[in-house]
Amino acid sequence: MNTRVESLFWLAQRASAAILAVCVAVHLGTMILAVRGGLTAAEILGRVRGSAAWEVFYWVFALAVAVHAPLGLRAILREWADWRGPSLEGATALAALALAVFGIRAVAGLIG
Amino acid sequence: MSETMLDVRVWRGGDAGAFQTFAVPRRANQTVLDVVFWIQRHRDPTLAFRYACRVGMCGSCAMTVNGRPRWTCRTHVARVTNAGRLTVAPLRNLPVIKDLAADLAPFFAKWTKAEGRFMPKAGLGPDFAVVPPESRERRAADAGIECIGCAVCYAACDVVAWNPDYLGPAALNRAWTLVNDIRDGSPTRLKSVAGDAGCHACHGQEGCRRHCPKHLDPTGSIAGLKRASALAALKGEL
Repeated sequence: MNTRVESLFWLAQRASAAILAVCVAVHLGTMILAVRGGLTAAEILGRVRGSAAWEVFYWVFALAVAVHAPLGLRAILREWADWRGPSLEGATALAALALAVFGIRAVAGLIG
Repeated sequence: MSETMLDVRVWRGGDAGAFQTFAVPRRANQTVLDVVFWIQRHRDPTLAFRYACRVGMCGSCAMTVNGRPRWTCRTHVARVTNAGRLTVAPLRNLPVIKDLAADLAPFFAKWTKAEGRFMPKAGLGPDFAVVPPESRERRAADAGIECIGCAVCYAACDVVAWNPDYLGPAALNRAWTLVNDIRDGSPTRLKSVAGDAGCHACHGQEGCRRHCPKHLDPTGSIAGLKRASALAALKGEL
């Protein structure tokens, strides 16, 4: 992997971490503060279903995870399992794709 | 061990070796290097170790003392002894030549790999270059320039232990001082220090900063290299 791509990956992971810091705080804060009738699926769906703002928020959240987590896994695998080269880059891309697809599906299910 | 004697375990042999124990008289203001000297002069003249200036300038005498890398000429026994016991071993993460002398060749080879030498810009002119002391670049370079190349940071770094290709804190710190030297014009230095074996491998654990006898902050220098290489990558200059 060339140094330009490596540096851009570092930047992408830092930028996605900054986004995730806000997203996780809002997500957990909402869970704790907005609960009225217990933490139930019905109450959550009542709050977020059809909301464009929550849809945008969770799209950003899911995509930030899809960028951040695979890059972190890639770093761990390189260091701990000594796994390098095209196979690792392929596995990283696959993990990113899977996380993006699962995340977006979950958002679609939540917002409706 | 009594109040007048130290119980000193010293590494003997190469990479495969064993500790040998010596009883060494305690002295006022005694340094760890004094202890090693005493053993060589009074108990075993074959004990090998490296030193030169004895005043904390040359960076030759670093060893592992009670599990931590230290410059032995400026480390007082009273400050590091554990109930009168001292364990002295060669620096970690480097091959052992003999006893307490580690082979620093891989350490300095990485300085070369990191382009740790000044490469003047073309067209600097015949006169002395003026580098304003208050400029951001000059202050960043000054913060890391006092490195004595003792390899204490290299021995303290876990990333070096995990990834033998990693350039290590000292070489990267040196590269950062040169990135900030406005007279330097290397077009490839950032490329040499970015990536898996370079600044991006650093975890920011700060073992280097904590152990540096000159109180430098190689972790901060490496973070600077990460930012500089990301910026260069965005500009298409990497």
